[in-house]
Amino acid sequence: MTEPKKTTLHASHKALGAKMVNFAQWDMPISYSSLMEEHHAVRKSVGIFDVSHMAVFDFNGGDQIGFFEKIFANDIKKIASANKALYGVILNEDGGILDDLIIYHADEKFRLVSNCSTREQNAAWYKKYAAEFGVEVIERSDMGILAIQGPKAVETLLAMDEISDSIKDLETFGCMFEGDHLYARTGYTGEDGLELIVPNDDILSFWNAALEKGCVPIGLGARDTLRLEAGLNLYGNDMTVTHHPYESNLAWTIDTADDSRDFIGKQSLLEIDQSSCQKIIGVMLEGRGVLRPGYEISHEHGQGIILSGTYSPTLEASIGLARVDQGFGKSGKVMIRNKALNINFISPRFLRQGKISS
Amino acid sequence: MSDIPGDLKFLSSHEWVRVETDGTVTVGISDHAQDLLGDIVFVELPEVGQSIDAESDAAIVESVKAASDVYSPLSGEVIEVNPTLEDQPEIINSSPYDDGWFYKMAPLDLGEVESLLSPEDYRAVCED
Repeated sequence: MTEPKKTTLHASHKALGAKMVNFAQWDMPISYSSLMEEHHAVRKSVGIFDVSHMAVFDFNGGDQIGFFEKIFANDIKKIASANKALYGVILNEDGGILDDLIIYHADEKFRLVSNCSTREQNAAWYKKYAAEFGVEVIERSDMGILAIQGPKAVETLLAMDEISDSIKDLETFGCMFEGDHLYARTGYTGEDGLELIVPNDDILSFWNAALEKGCVPIGLGARDTLRLEAGLNLYGNDMTVTHHPYESNLAWTIDTADDSRDFIGKQSLLEIDQSSCQKIIGVMLEGRGVLRPGYEISHEHGQGIILSGTYSPTLEASIGLARVDQGFGKSGKVMIRNKALNINFISPRFLRQGKISS
Repeated sequence: MSDIPGDLKFLSSHEWVRVETDGTVTVGISDHAQDLLGDIVFVELPEVGQSIDAESDAAIVESVKAASDVYSPLSGEVIEVNPTLEDQPEIINSSPYDDGWFYKMAPLDLGEVESLLSPEDYRAVCED
């Protein structure tokens, strides 16, 4: 067993009294005070997350647009002339999901953030295809990421001397470089907020300044309840290499509008009958209990399985994402410890802009 | 360090039992257990009248993070369950040894208490 990796802020987390957990070989904070308090802080005010375990890549030279057109299932042309971020997936030839990621583009530079558990796989994959486009792949293990999220995120950032006022002009998914610092109006909570992708040498001063301005430190526990309330997939749970995007609630990230574009996995996707394949749907448990990954569900016309499940602090009920056969209607059953309990099928976006969906 | 009252006995799986003056016993989970679980959101309690063997499943406690079985420290018949836990399971987090008790039972054999961990022994388990 190798020693778990530590982010630059590891000592700060310990000093704040965080409970630490091994997450994909990284020693990360799971909570500082209580998961519930941290969750509500992000929904009502502002929280800060150290997500420096995520993998950051930069690119140099060559035909970078051609490269992304090839490996990315979303179409990079959407952001190629804008200062914006684009979410999507990379696929293998069979259409299986290798990872989900965000590509940022500003000032003619691309920066990519993908998951930590897929770092080595992705680095090899990018390099394999980058060569034919003359693109150099640069792994930025010297970069850290802070997410500042919540209705008060922007005003809190503007109060920090370290952050320039121009961030207030960023629209949702907008981004900008300041030197090697990238500021983007993105996040994984369903709230307004920014992600700061900055060199590790600078990250402690950002972190301390944000705490001083009232940001509540948030662990991976609340990060999971927040993303699930927002209906956002987690790689490894809700999407894996053995499933394609259409059965993973990701059809909206597959861009086949440009007939001349041939991305990896496209041919396999074109053969899939989207009207009959399984789908991901939101699930809410009617009574007491907590949905957990792996629980079996059923409905009038088929079966399914819970992929992600938790207790929603905002909705005060258990919610989850399930992959189910089509024809699921409005309700079904979940088996919890040999008891069949009632569930309702709803939009996976349980919350919109931090508010309960009607 | 978590709180461990001196008048209780423990299982290494973090349940406590208190022998009351009338010979009944009260069962709950330790401060250390609630801290490990985090925010508790649901408890499934045994039925009143149910007979439970020592160290077998008696209840289930679910936090946001995980579900966990609760084992009975002693054998006996359940005579009362804590009605507060249905609506306020979080009381286990704030008061694991008092308001957050799980159930009371009429023990089959109070001699079983001798095989349980003392507070000192239990502290050693927590510090491992």
